[in-house]
Amino acid sequence: MKFSNVMSNAGEWLRGEGPHHQIVISSRVRLARNLRDRAFPGWAKKAERTAILELIKPHVEKLPEMQDSFSELLQDLSALEKQVLVERHLISREHAAKSAGSAVIMNRRQTLSIMINEEDHLRMQSMRSGLQLKQAFKLLDKIDTALENELEFAYDQRLGYLTACPTNVGTGMRASAMLHLPGLVLSELINQVVQAVSKIGLAVRGLYGEGTEAMGNLFQISNQTTLGEKEDEIISRLTKVIETIIEKEHDSRQVLIQKKSNTLWDQIGRAYGVLTYAHAMSSKEALNLLSIIKLGIDLNVFPEEKRLPIDELFMDTQPAHLQKTSQQKLNAEERDHLRAQIIRARLKVLPKPDISKLAMDSGNGSSPAPSEQ
Amino acid sequence: MQKVNLCDACSKEKGVQDPTGFALADLLLGIGAAEEIEKGSSAQRCPVCGFTQPDFKKTGRLGCSTCYATFTEALTALLKAMHKGTAHVGKVPQRAHRVGELSDRMRNLNESLQKAVAEENYETAASLRDQIKQLESELTS
Repeated sequence: MKFSNVMSNAGEWLRGEGPHHQIVISSRVRLARNLRDRAFPGWAKKAERTAILELIKPHVEKLPEMQDSFSELLQDLSALEKQVLVERHLISREHAAKSAGSAVIMNRRQTLSIMINEEDHLRMQSMRSGLQLKQAFKLLDKIDTALENELEFAYDQRLGYLTACPTNVGTGMRASAMLHLPGLVLSELINQVVQAVSKIGLAVRGLYGEGTEAMGNLFQISNQTTLGEKEDEIISRLTKVIETIIEKEHDSRQVLIQKKSNTLWDQIGRAYGVLTYAHAMSSKEALNLLSIIKLGIDLNVFPEEKRLPIDELFMDTQPAHLQKTSQQKLNAEERDHLRAQIIRARLKVLPKPDISKLAMDSGNGSSPAPSEQ
Repeated sequence: MQKVNLCDACSKEKGVQDPTGFALADLLLGIGAAEEIEKGSSAQRCPVCGFTQPDFKKTGRLGCSTCYATFTEALTALLKAMHKGTAHVGKVPQRAHRVGELSDRMRNLNESLQKAVAEENYETAASLRDQIKQLESELTS
């Protein structure tokens, strides 16, 4: 499979069909594994890294789940292509910085990606739309078991799976969900949620993980610890917390509709106006405004069938996607113009916000029901 | 295992006692992590990959899986502070599971053997010895 195929196919997890997909954009689980008695990638010399890569790669490519996969050495990908994969969350930012001795293998549906020689010898990641952490882990567990029959993983009876960073030792598992929380942000309740979540050993991060800013009202929530708790316990604890946050988000949206409908209507109208008429837009502004449009769709102010084109804009307006689509390297100013142009064109299909639908919804007090007209 | 003893001057020269050198470990693992690391023998070197504690202090990452055994003293406190528990309770690879089972059986057989010898029950002891030999060959296969 070629890179052009990767570009033309939006990942299946992006399509928004999983449970709670209005609020949970995606669920991801990753497992870190290493070979026994071999230097971790950060410490191994180039020759050893290459030897490890050659040892692991055929076994990954042989997996039945990796039929017709995209498999590439990092040194053979351009900086722009790597950035596209980062924007799709198919590789980490750390992995994008790697070159000789590292590789990425992913399936056609872009729901499974395996990085070789990232921080650990193997970083395996499974992605799903909506809240499906359990299902994402199930697939990964199966793949891990298949690989463990071929490769001897570093494992200790007491400490579990041994990883380059002690923060991953034990299960080597990080489970995370990407949540869209405009209601909690607009109601200024988000800091309370972030603090509460941090107190119970979970981490909240921005769009691209550690140390990144929260844009587009998107937040990643994940487990912080990996030792002393079983995989399924971690996942069910995380799932419960996410379900609570989903409830809080729905509640805050209802409160906004009932008590601050003018503010809400103003936000949606402004977002629609700027996106429809602007001629220059940064990716941060685009994400923040698209987030409000997405909220508008959730609240019936825009028709449900426009959800997919809007969701796709979240990805297509990211810097590397923009440049890859236009097939040229653009400076920031050119990108901002092109971004605004693409958004204007795409939003032509979106009718003006219909406030009567929002007003109707505020009456029933529960989560938005589909329009009966 | 290779152990290097450094005098005060040498260890300073190698940055072992440089408190600022631990800043990254602190940042990564929480304040106080560096002190925990420092408690361990500072001159140890991993027999498999040659990694040392100053390397850990620099990178916040270990060199190879054997480093966990090499630097166990320093890491134990660190892991305790970092995680929910100190022992893995999750997935066990089938290979390790088999080895774990065999070593449990081995321990039981050895205990029975000692008991048989103490009771001068030489016939049972001989049979146990055969079983242990058999198990040993399974473990090394």
